[in-house]
Amino acid sequence: MDYFAQQLINGIVLGSIYGLIAIGYTMVYGIVGMINFAHGDIFMIGGFIALISFLILVSFGLTVVPVILLIVLLVSMAITALYGWTVERIAYRPLRHSFRLAPMLSAIGMSFVLTNYSQVAQGARVKPVPPIITGGYTLYEADGFVVRLSNVQIIVVITTVVLLAIFTWMVARTRLGRDMRACEQDQTMAALLGVDVDRTISMTFVIGAALAAVAGMMYLLYYGLVDFFMGFVAGIKAFTAAVLGGIGSLPGAMLGGLLIGLIETMWSAYFSVEYKDVAAFSILIVVLIFLPTGLLGRPEVEKV
Amino acid sequence: MSGDCILSVDRLSMRFGGIVAVNDLTFSAERRKITALIGPNGAGKTTVFNCITGFYKPSGGSLKLTHGDGREIQLERLNDFRISKQARVARTFQNIRLFPGMTALENLMVAQHNALMRASGLTFLGLIGAPSWRAAEKRAIDLSKLWLERIGLLARADDAAGNLPYGDQRRLEIARAMCTEPALLCLDEPAAGLNARESAALSELLLAIRADHGASILLIEHDMSVVMEISDQVVVMDYGVKIAEGTPRQIRDDPKVIAAYLGADEDEAIAVMESGT
Amino acid sequence: MAGVTAAPASRSSAASYAPGAAFIFKKALISALVALVLFSLMIGVRTDAGPDGQLTYWTRFGDLAAMVATVFGGSIVVELLRQWWGPVGTVRIVPPSVQSGLAVARRAIAPLLLVFTFLVPVIFYNERYILDLGILVLTYVMLGWGLNVVVGLAGLLDLGYVAFYAVGAYSYALLATNFGFSFWICLPLAGILAAFCGVLLGFPVLRLRGDYLAIVTLAFGEIIRLVIINWQSLTGGPNGVTGIPRPTLFGIPLTPGDDGLAAMLGIEFSTTHRIVFLFYLILALALLTNWVTIRLRRLPIGRAWEALREDEVACRALGINTTTTKLTAFATGAMFGGLAGAFFATRQGFISPESFTFHESALVLAIVVLGGMGSQLGVALAALVMIGGFELFRGLEQFRMLVFGLAMVLLMIWRPRGLIGHRAPTVFLHHNQAISSDLVKEGHG
Repeated sequence: MDYFAQQLINGIVLGSIYGLIAIGYTMVYGIVGMINFAHGDIFMIGGFIALISFLILVSFGLTVVPVILLIVLLVSMAITALYGWTVERIAYRPLRHSFRLAPMLSAIGMSFVLTNYSQVAQGARVKPVPPIITGGYTLYEADGFVVRLSNVQIIVVITTVVLLAIFTWMVARTRLGRDMRACEQDQTMAALLGVDVDRTISMTFVIGAALAAVAGMMYLLYYGLVDFFMGFVAGIKAFTAAVLGGIGSLPGAMLGGLLIGLIETMWSAYFSVEYKDVAAFSILIVVLIFLPTGLLGRPEVEKV
Repeated sequence: MSGDCILSVDRLSMRFGGIVAVNDLTFSAERRKITALIGPNGAGKTTVFNCITGFYKPSGGSLKLTHGDGREIQLERLNDFRISKQARVARTFQNIRLFPGMTALENLMVAQHNALMRASGLTFLGLIGAPSWRAAEKRAIDLSKLWLERIGLLARADDAAGNLPYGDQRRLEIARAMCTEPALLCLDEPAAGLNARESAALSELLLAIRADHGASILLIEHDMSVVMEISDQVVVMDYGVKIAEGTPRQIRDDPKVIAAYLGADEDEAIAVMESGT
Repeated sequence: MAGVTAAPASRSSAASYAPGAAFIFKKALISALVALVLFSLMIGVRTDAGPDGQLTYWTRFGDLAAMVATVFGGSIVVELLRQWWGPVGTVRIVPPSVQSGLAVARRAIAPLLLVFTFLVPVIFYNERYILDLGILVLTYVMLGWGLNVVVGLAGLLDLGYVAFYAVGAYSYALLATNFGFSFWICLPLAGILAAFCGVLLGFPVLRLRGDYLAIVTLAFGEIIRLVIINWQSLTGGPNGVTGIPRPTLFGIPLTPGDDGLAAMLGIEFSTTHRIVFLFYLILALALLTNWVTIRLRRLPIGRAWEALREDEVACRALGINTTTTKLTAFATGAMFGGLAGAFFATRQGFISPESFTFHESALVLAIVVLGGMGSQLGVALAALVMIGGFELFRGLEQFRMLVFGLAMVLLMIWRPRGLIGHRAPTVFLHHNQAISSDLVKEGHG
């Protein structure tokens, strides 16, 4: 039971990270109808930028942890968002009304570019950082087994919840959110009614990338490392989360993320660590076959 | 109803969530006759078609198809491609669904898929170019040629279907359905978007199909000149239920039908009355 | 669409929009600014673990400045090129005489290419490097043709094609090393096993459409790779399988020994014999793939594949069993992938999971799409361009994926419909005329 409780906590934290990435997939898929293959790599870039800005801040002698975290968060969100914008501008916008396969291949190409770019710019080796946030609470202790909730875990979950709340509010209540939903329904009609479609789509990529940057930073805080290849697998799992939750749905992405995080953690804890990715991918296949509209998605009626 | 029925629809219902698209509909279509299904937009006509052709599974009721040899098939128990393959019901679509990147000839060849698959020994005989396969392929091309000739498209056989004018596409879709050698042909608004001359040609084609091929036709149509000219029997639907049934003449004078059209749309009602006279 | 606009009109509009130097400069400046922000931390700062394991950083402002300057200059060049070339997407009207000339050239290119390929081992007998490259290109031609059945003809998006390549390679490797089966027995077995895997995967997933099918096949490819890595007792895990027997000429080994081919023919042994043999082997396998595909296209099954790509609903209304039709396409494509895999194993003599990453699937898919979905010649040309182009950048080993990724993006923007974008009909009455790619659908599943 103690072991289970600990795994539950770990799973929720991992799931929050997946959920943040999944939001980017779900928003882009909702509006442009394409899988943004480069999104996993945007997450990886976010992790790198968080790492580098953190190192710089520390070397400048800054020691107040909350201030460091805030600055790192803002810097990585801003720069990564620009990456998201640039990727859309270069690789997707020229293909907006093209054949279906062209943007997909362009996205795969962009994913390769970003992966290799980080590898060349920052080296292929894993970058470890010492724990930035230490301490935590012991929730329960018995028979030498301890259930701990660390401060990092608390921060990851709280940040996720706050950001999710902000962005859900944005999509539901603001002008930009309304434009996004309009573009999701019908781009031509939205354009006729004065919605700047290009700008709205760009903003979608920017928001998705900013959230992926947060996920990258949380990953760095939680695992204490980044590497250039971490985007691929995390990306597929986050996409699984987006589909599981129901593509196009923000709460769905978060829910899907939590479920994938829990399943992966539990699988590693009770079955085998080696096959944890196989488990995640198998879930993807099973979900798509039996629940293609996801948990919170709208069912699609076939028009004849 | 007595007589030689090919299709009897018995208490058919179709619900989508809380919406009842078709409610307790009963009618039948006679063999070698043209039965028209009319009604205002949203009356549930296409839903009936989708139930008959297996794209929807009815919420209730039965759809019985009786072949000429007395074989009976419950259509609601078959799904998908089996309706066409086993029950021999072919259909066209309201918004034309040809294979636009394939030629007119290829479209008709695809329609003969099941017969050709058997002839090609599930591909293996075809792969080695067996003579029996070659003969079958030649017969299939001849049948396609025959139909291209009937719809006046023989000269354009090698043009992409997507490149043909709208009216030609409509006729090609009917020819493609006929290439499956159906017992029942279901046409969803075949005259939609056609001009008066093309509509007249279509009427002629449908009458010829009935006369020469012994096919029974079930037709959804808004163009009343076509309906009145060629139908043997008319079924009128509104809000998912049948409101009238009879010969074109009976229907034209039925106050319930006129009210349904008037209630739905005034212009449409006037058009009905004018085209009927 | 815009293609209808006549050439003069577009030229005049290009002229009226011709931006001045100030505009170009402003645009380049913005690009440079964006680049500055993007590269500031990633290139301007380099992190690495110091000798004590502690992560340190140092600045590279020189590199950063160079990159930003490159973007600035590049942006100006691109803008000037765009002005010179006119708006993207305009159809340039080609005079009929040139068009017919092109048509003749197009018809001649396939036979000429084939003859040249046959002669490659003769011309370049002493150039081992070229022969090896030729074998590599032909392997990808075969893979491209195999995947073309699935993606180009049936319109099913498969991002996990490498899984079948891996199944074929491991089938041969394991059957040959464990049971001593010869290459010629294993080759069909590898094809059958891969086709079986295709059916196994295809059965549950084929009712998915479009992008979902793509992502599921991607996941399947990864699952196969992860299983190979982790099932160490069978596959040797990350270490792979070594000592895979080389192929024999129907039982006659290509070795220097007394029973070798050279001794039997009474000629002097040379390792080039084996390379030449491998070259013709993969050429034969690729041509077999091509022949079968061309044949299948003219059979009902092939027409059903293409009809499925065009309109699945209409197929169902015509009584075509879409599930089995999709399965046969999947299995056929998988079988060719498996055959290519077996060849890969015997050629390398060693295989490991590293050869079967997602990158391979993406490469083969890029070849098919760049080739112009469904065009056999296009796929062959695309394989030549991609693999050949890849070789040009061999010196820049660490930038290879960067270049490859950029090439994919640019090629898609340049030719979203591929090199050869029209479809040849499978049967005709009067004249065999190609169908413009604007009409041909890509499929939804």
